[in-house]
Order: sequence, then structure tokens, then C-alpha cells
Amino acid sequence: MRLRPPQTIDQAAVPWLLAVALATASPHAEHLPPWLSLLFGAAVLWRLWLWWQRRPLPPRWCLALLVLGALAAIAWQYRSLLGRDSGVAMLALFMALKPLEMKTRRDALVVVMLGFFLLLTHYFYSQSIPTGLWLLASCTLLTAALIRLHGGAQPLAAIVRQAGLLLLQATPFMLILYLLFPRVSGPLWGLPQDAHAGRSGLSSEMAPGSISSLILSGAIAFRSHFAGETPEKADLYWRGPVLDAYDGLTWRVSALAAALPRKAPVVESRGAQYSYTSIIEAHNQRWLLALDVATSLPAGAMQAPTLEVLAREPLRARSRFSFASSVDYHANRAESAAILQQSLSLPAAINPRARALADRWKSRPPARIADAVLSMFRNEDFHYTLRPPLLGADAVDEFLFGTRRGFCEHYASAFVFLLRAAGVPARVVAGYQGGEVNPVDGYLIVRQSDAHAWAEVWLAGEGWVRYDPTAAVAPSRIEQGIVAALPEGEPLPGIVGLDADWLRQLRYRWEAANNTWNQWVLGYNPQRQREILSRFGMPNPDWQSMSTALAALCGVALLLVTVWTLPRRRRVDPAQRAWQRYCVALARRGVTRAAWEGPLAFANRVAVERPQLAALTSEAARCYAALRYGRGDSEQLLVLQECVHRLPARWRKSA
Amino acid sequence: MPTANNPSPVSRVLAAANSVILGKSNQTRLALCCLLARGHLLIEDLPGVGKTTLAHTLARLLGLQFARIQFTSDMLPADILGVSIFDRERSSFRFLPGPVFSQVLLADEINRATPRTQSALLEAMEEGQVTTEGETRPLPEPFFVIATQNPSNQIGTFPLPESQLDRFLLRLDLGYPDRDAERALLESGGSREQLPALAACLGAGEFAPLQRLAAAVYASPALLDYLQLLIEASRREQRFVHGLSPRAALALLAAARAWAFTDGREMVLPEDVQAVLPAVARHRLRLVSGSHADAEDIAALMRSVTLP
Repeated sequence: MRLRPPQTIDQAAVPWLLAVALATASPHAEHLPPWLSLLFGAAVLWRLWLWWQRRPLPPRWCLALLVLGALAAIAWQYRSLLGRDSGVAMLALFMALKPLEMKTRRDALVVVMLGFFLLLTHYFYSQSIPTGLWLLASCTLLTAALIRLHGGAQPLAAIVRQAGLLLLQATPFMLILYLLFPRVSGPLWGLPQDAHAGRSGLSSEMAPGSISSLILSGAIAFRSHFAGETPEKADLYWRGPVLDAYDGLTWRVSALAAALPRKAPVVESRGAQYSYTSIIEAHNQRWLLALDVATSLPAGAMQAPTLEVLAREPLRARSRFSFASSVDYHANRAESAAILQQSLSLPAAINPRARALADRWKSRPPARIADAVLSMFRNEDFHYTLRPPLLGADAVDEFLFGTRRGFCEHYASAFVFLLRAAGVPARVVAGYQGGEVNPVDGYLIVRQSDAHAWAEVWLAGEGWVRYDPTAAVAPSRIEQGIVAALPEGEPLPGIVGLDADWLRQLRYRWEAANNTWNQWVLGYNPQRQREILSRFGMPNPDWQSMSTALAALCGVALLLVTVWTLPRRRRVDPAQRAWQRYCVALARRGVTRAAWEGPLAFANRVAVERPQLAALTSEAARCYAALRYGRGDSEQLLVLQECVHRLPARWRKSA
Repeated sequence: MPTANNPSPVSRVLAAANSVILGKSNQTRLALCCLLARGHLLIEDLPGVGKTTLAHTLARLLGLQFARIQFTSDMLPADILGVSIFDRERSSFRFLPGPVFSQVLLADEINRATPRTQSALLEAMEEGQVTTEGETRPLPEPFFVIATQNPSNQIGTFPLPESQLDRFLLRLDLGYPDRDAERALLESGGSREQLPALAACLGAGEFAPLQRLAAAVYASPALLDYLQLLIEASRREQRFVHGLSPRAALALLAAARAWAFTDGREMVLPEDVQAVLPAVARHRLRLVSGSHADAEDIAALMRSVTLP
């Protein structure tokens, strides 16, 4: 077959391809460097202008310079050309520049394929419902662009309808692959480290300001669903890290708990047990934010000596855990000496006024000391605010006797300092307090804005007892939540301080939809896959049987789609098949029948172009014409079928 | 099958016509097809390229009764249809038939007449009868109109409206003759000289059976599929204001049958449809730009349809 010259692109298809470039790359603008987004926009506009003005495309050397320059800039920006972010940036760059050298149809197809590839990369950054919808729409657009490229000018509605139909036909395969493709835990390929960067949540340190800055995020920390009734709001303390080391400024998780021999804490439950399931967003830490205090743990988790529940690995993806907790308990009535010692340690020679105050209380029983601190917070001129004044070296002194304005971390910190100074073991616990029940699906939603810090005091005979000094200053923080407790005019994330009722309803619905999506679409992990497959009679499937089922079901679906589309195509009659075979044979010999060319017209052309084949082709054409358009007989069919065998052997190149 | 010694009447007519009208064999064949398919023919081109000669020649060769009207802008419907005059002797009105009462009517330069006069003729073409003063009179059988028309951008013309163009089965352009044909024309001194001497190839009553044979040419389901695809493609094509009507589809089939018949075949092939398509479709398809489709538009339409 002769090589045909490359087919030039239909100019009217150019806007389609630019739309493809925009749709598949624009969501990346969120994390691409601004200069690259600008370059992208400029390249698309440039190409659009060239198309509008019918001007020639820029010369090769110009494009080569652009590519090299931009690649160097990307390498400089990310310090590498490997990795998720720089890889995506390079793909976006190619998508921006490829249309500028788009002359042939092959180039246009490259743009479409690049678009399909670029679609995949969005899942590195977001797997939310809007992303899914956007990608579905982009996929339709890409398919429509393919149809436009191959099918020529058609009404827009016809192209979109055909693209939608194609996607509809692909849906069964998509579902089968989604359900049956063997799933592995974790990503199929190792994601580069930067994939886990930038997740917000509690940290293992608490300095003044660390929680109040977290409060400003309306992001969801986790969702919980209680099997029975939900505990009182004032009992909803979700335990995060226990901070028992203080350096005068920052509270930290001490190394002690990890160094101790693994000994499970002793928890005596005194009231009802609440069992619940939490879906915790990735936060890159090990703690699992169980309701204080956990009595039954999910598989694979453990309870630290300081009572918080820890996973084996830091939480890198949204995960689901089931717990049972008791809100009325005695914990570690017999505590190890090392932990009690740690819970008394203070840095020397800071906060002298606070120490002096504590010294005066030393003779009292421990519980009375704690009450004394709380009544001081309650009765004196202390204020709860997100914007406290800055504190110096003797932070607790300045807070207690000077500024008297603080957030939960200030109160918890000052409370624990005073108790330790008075000789009572105490520690700071960070976590979340409260939450909001979504009436749509009944899930309790806990946001970053519910982050909180409180104190725990060890009392002989009772174990660790929770004291929340913030509740003494601003009782409404615990009873109603952060919005009610803060004074007017303090900054809060819009999603938390939402006032209008219909907006709140809308938010509830949206978050419930997201929750369903998370659990049923994103949360479809190997375990769920096994559960579903065993329901369909495949207990403990291995990858071989899963692949077999996959192939079999795809085959069935293909058959169904074929049967669905088949009746529209007439059965090809034998005369036509024979004629087509003859035409294919002639095409191999250098004369191709155009799709619209009738048999006799074709025979006449062959007579001009290949006189050697004139007689045979004319005979075949006459037989075919009689069979297909007249009332031909079976003899003519035989002659026609014979004609293809009577063709002389193919010419060699030299002929 | 007719042999070389005993050619079919159709090929005899064609041969004779081609000896008068030089270098236009495709157009004469299309014109003959139009008459075989019982359609009316519109010939459009510049003055002086032989429109009238073609019409005149066909009428003579087919042995049909012939009348000619030269349209002018002051012509009235009665000039075509006829008038009733009072006969004193019989004390009653007597109808004097107009030139429309003939088998072949050559309507020369039809677009020079006013729309009122044009529509009088076109109604007669459509209905095959004439109604004047409450009395309906049938036109002779067969009845053809061969209308000639100057391109509508010429001065003093009333272009035929779309609906009336649709009543012509085919529309032809003649175009300039090629070099050899023009030389032959110059040497022979103009073909109009020969017209009176032209002998009819068919006897009276011989034409109607030919029409019946032409209408009986077999059109297979596969051919009808192809024809429908063509029609649908014309309706889908965005270049055209609207596609071909069902009447146009019938016209296309009838013309393709006649074309196959002039080729001596008993079945219609896609090639026949393609051969008559420009003549059937060009005056029926208007481009979005306002002008009528040209040959290139029709060729593009034809190439966009794959043979089923």
C-alpha cells in the first residue's frame, strides 16, 4: 500500500481541541505555579487567535525554544523533573504547546490522547464529587472531539448525543471493572512522597496559637455514626495526643509513653457503652480520635498507656474504624510511677508568681486544688477569645496575672502548670470536642474548628479525671459549640458560622452526599470488594478467579451491547461480501474504490487506470450490479465470487 | 436488446439530437430523460448558447405537436391559456385555445413574464388541465413544458420562486460549447438552419410506450436505501437552508429510472442516481449564503454518502 500524505486537520475542529485542552488542564491551575497557568492561557489564546486570523502556526524553532525554556523553569521550580507535581506540570505544558504545532490529524489525535491521560492525573489531587463530575464531562468532551475529528462537520447536538451514547455503552464495562478489578491495599504504584504533603490536623505539639489557627479551618476531621443513641454534647471529648512534657512554651508528647513496656491501660467502665464507627480523614498521624475513653478497639489498633488509641501506621488515607467507648469511667487507678513522675515535671525557674500561688494550695487535697483553679477562672476577670495578646517568657504568669485573655490552649496550659506546681499529677490532652449531627444521614460531623485542649488530673482512688478549664470560662463552648462561645466579630470559617437556615440545610445535604460517596465509591477497598464478592458466591476470591470473572462479565456485557446495536445494521448479502472482497483485492493492487463509487463507474475508472484488469473488473461489476440492483441469479454470484481468484498475482514494486 | 444495426428508438433520438446540438451529449440525454420521466424541463443559461435549439430539436425528433411562446413582460395569462370570444352566428361564446394546448410547449425566457403569467403556466403544468371562465379543459397527453430561462441576474427578469422551481423535474445548464464543437458550428452556419429539415425519429403515439417502459425500470431495495441516504444527507448538510423534499426524492428516482432506460438497462444503479442528481437537486437546494447550490456542492453531497 502506498503511503498517503498526512491528512491535514479540519480547521473547524480546532476550537474543539482547544476546548479539550482547557477542560482537561484547567483544574490543575489550583496547584500549578502561576506562571505556568498564565503560559497555558496565553498559548491557548494565541492558538485561538491564529485560527481566527487563519495565520500560519509558529515555526518549529520557536516552539522548541518555548518547550526547553518552560521545562527548565519547571525543573527549577520543583528542583526535579520527577515526582507527581513536576510530572503534572510537564503534562500541562505539553497540552498547552501541542495545539501550536497541530497541523495534521495525527497531531489532533495526540492532543485528544494527551487529554485522556491528563484526566487521570486529577485523581492525584482530588477525588471529590465535583472532580468526578468535571472529569465525566471532560471525558464526554474528549469523545465528542474524537467524533468531530473522524466524522466531519455535524450539528453540535448530534455530536454530543453520539458521545453520550458511547459513554453510556461504556458504562457496564466501567462498573464491571470498578467492582471486579483486583484491588490492592494502597496505591498500585508507589506514590512519591509529596503526595502526602499539606494535610491539616492536630499535631503532637501545642504552643499558644496552634489550636486557634486550626480552628479557622472548616474542614472535616472525621465523621462518626453511633449504633445507639449519641452521648450528650458535653461528653463528646475525642481524644488525640496526650501532651505531658512542658518546656515553658510548648506542650509535647513525651518520649516516655513509647519507652514504657507495653502494658494496656486499665479502664473500668461505670456507665453505658456507646459503640460507633468513625470515618477519619487522613491526617498523617497515628492517633485515631476515639471518644474518651475507648473500651473496645478496632482491629490493628492499640491503646497507649496514656489512653489514646493509636493505629500501626500514620493515617495516609481516609479510613474507617469501629470503637466502643464509655464516657463514665475510672482509668488507670494504679498508674505507673514513671508516668506520674512525668506528670509532675516542670521546667525550673519560670513563672514564679504562679508557683507562689500553687504553693499556697499545696496543703489542700488534690481535688480541691483543681476546683480552686477552676473557680478562679470562673469568678475572676478571665475572657475566652481567639485573638489573645502575645505572651513572653513567663507565659503562665503573664496570662494568669496580666492579660487574662486566652483560648483553650492557654487555659489548659495554665491549669496543668498550677496543678503540677501544687504537686498534683496532671497533663494536657489535645483532641476535638463536640460535633454536629447531620440530620440528613445521622452522622456526627467533627471539624477542625472543633479542635480543643483540656486537662486530666490523676486523683488517688479515681485514676485520671478530666477537667476542662475552658468550660469554667466559657460554658457555652462545651454546651453549644465554638460559635456561641466566641465574642462577636471574631474570625471564624464561613462554613462553621453559617446562619441562614436554607444554607445550613444545603450544607447538610452536600456533606451527606459526600459521606456516601466517600464510603461507597472511594471507600471501596479490598475488604469491601471481598465482602461484595462473597455475597455473589465468590468467598475468598484470588486474583485468578477475579480476573476470570472480570473477563467473563466483560464478554457478556460486550455481547449485550453488540446485540443491542446489531439489528440496526442490515445483514450483508453474499453478493456484497464478494464485491467487497474483490474491491479490497483491487485496492491492494493500487486502485481503491471510493465509498460512494458505484460498480460500473468504478469499472470504467479501472479500465483507464489499470487496463490489464479492465475486462475482469467490468465482468465483476456487471455481475454485482445485477445481483445487488437487479434480479441477478446464483450463476452470476458464482462468477462474481470467482473473479477475485482470477485476479493476476500482485505486482512487485518494480512493476 | 437493440443491436448496432437496429438501434433502440432512444439511441436514435439521441444520435440525431447530438448531430444538431454539438458537444452537449450529456445535456441532451438529461433533457430526453426528463421527458421520458414525464417531467418538465428548465434550461437556464446565457442567451445564445442554444437553449431554444435544444428544446426545439427534442420536440421535432420525438414527433410531438409543438408550440412555442416567447414570454415578454406585457404578456397576460390569456395569451397562454386562450380566450373565449363571442360568435355572432351561433350567438354563443367560443373558446379559442391558447398555445398551452399542445404536446410540447417551448416557453422561451419564462422569467421575462410577470409572476401572474408565470403562475398561469405553472398551474397548467401541475394539474394537466386549464380552467378558464368556470370551464375545465384537459391538456393533451403527453404534455411537456420545456422552459428556458436567462440567469436571474440579467436585466428585466422575474426570478421564479422556489415553489415553482420545484415543478420542474430537471434543470440544465448548457454552458459554452468546447472548441471543436464551436468550430463545427461556425462551419455549418448555425443549427437553427437545419431545424425545419429535421425528420422525426418517432411516429405519433410511439413516445408514450417508451415512457411506460422507462417508469418500469427496476429499482432494488438496495438502490432505494442509497437514494434515501442521499436525501437524508441533504437534510443533514448544514450548508443547505433545507434538504430535498419527498417530491424531490420521487423526481430523483423517476429521473434515475429514465437515465438507466436511456442506457438500455433494466435496473437502476447508484451511478444513474449520481448522474441525474445535479440536474434534480441544484435548483431545489439553496445555500445558506443565498445562492443555489453549484456543481461542487452537489458533488460533495454525493461523496459524503457511502454506498450501502
